[in-house]
Amino acid sequence: MARITAGITTSHVPAIGAAIDNNRSAEPYWTPLFAGYDWTRRWIAGAAPDVVILVYNDHASAFSMDFIPTFAIGCAEAFQPADEGWGPRPVPVVKGHADLAWHIAQCCILDEFDMTIVNKMDVDHGLTVPLSLVFGQPDDWPVRVIPIAVNVVIYPPPSGNRCWMLGEAIARAVASYPEDLNVQIWGTGGMSHQLQGPRAGLINQPFDQAFLDDLTADPARLRHLPHIDYLREAGSEGIELVMWLIMRGALGADVRQLHRHYHVPASNTAVGHLVLEKP
Amino acid sequence: MTIDIHAYLAEFEDIPGTRVFTAARARQGYWLNQFCMSLMAAENRLRFKADETAYLADWPMTDAQRAAVLARDWNAAIDQGGNIYFLAKIFSTDGQSFVQAVSTMTGASAEAHNAMMIAGGRSPDGLRSKKESR
Repeated sequence: MARITAGITTSHVPAIGAAIDNNRSAEPYWTPLFAGYDWTRRWIAGAAPDVVILVYNDHASAFSMDFIPTFAIGCAEAFQPADEGWGPRPVPVVKGHADLAWHIAQCCILDEFDMTIVNKMDVDHGLTVPLSLVFGQPDDWPVRVIPIAVNVVIYPPPSGNRCWMLGEAIARAVASYPEDLNVQIWGTGGMSHQLQGPRAGLINQPFDQAFLDDLTADPARLRHLPHIDYLREAGSEGIELVMWLIMRGALGADVRQLHRHYHVPASNTAVGHLVLEKP
Repeated sequence: MTIDIHAYLAEFEDIPGTRVFTAARARQGYWLNQFCMSLMAAENRLRFKADETAYLADWPMTDAQRAAVLARDWNAAIDQGGNIYFLAKIFSTDGQSFVQAVSTMTGASAEAHNAMMIAGGRSPDGLRSKKESR
């Protein structure tokens, strides 16, 4: 049977992708950020997942004002890197796992999560920057990826509790898939940042550190954190952190933290990164 | 637990220096944001750069929205219903980064804004609530 073995959280700042793509990651501005992913790159080589369920948000790339799905699952065979205004990132095509993705979609709908099924979708920095951070610059991504796109752009986004429960439903779906697959789930975005208005540049390190602590120490607190708290404390774009709770809900009650990294800044954003394992 | 949508939305107006992208703003900014999406195609970026005013004339936007785009006044564009991830298509077309574009909304130079970020960013103290001044 397929099984979820581990979870990763990471920010997905576009400037990180640009630094990698333009070979600037050895510059002093960037070295402390990338150093925090060295451990993860060694670990993932041994962990060797077959599939990553990658929770991210589309930044007005695949989804314009035409369609705004709250929870969308990518069921295609492959996903092209999106042109976000400066040409597509020079990264490999993202290969999906259509069979497992359709299985998850069917199971979640019967489990009362009405997923939007997407068969054609370009994937933007929200999905490709985490892959670059963890896998570097390979000719082909060494995993198949099931994108789960969450609306956190237009209010209201889903509640933290709803995200958590979707994670639980995804875990049940994976557990009923007959093929023996090593599956990871990644929650991306965050941490504190605000990209608009006179309050732009907001960073809240105590909030972020408490969030990182409580993903293992007190996840029930995070599950019930209202949107207004994210907005006031973590900035208007800090709401992306609800996506981490899908990852956390999928891992179940007990997790072990293998690795933790926090760095300010990447562009306008506080970067947080955890590797969690199911015991 | 049922949330009162009116109270939920009203709280957003209490956050200093922030416009939350609500349904009302999304409706107000619909064509502005859809115009931005058109810049994801390279041939449209070329046409836009060649004659911005003519390109904008093809979109049923308000005069205030067009003026905000031409002036690259991101605060004004957001006041007119624009969203930063959509507006990013314009400043990406200009070859600008998020740091460069975002700094113009705060009244600081890009250098000063970047220095603030390296020093740990803008503190939320005093910027959480207008009513409670915290």
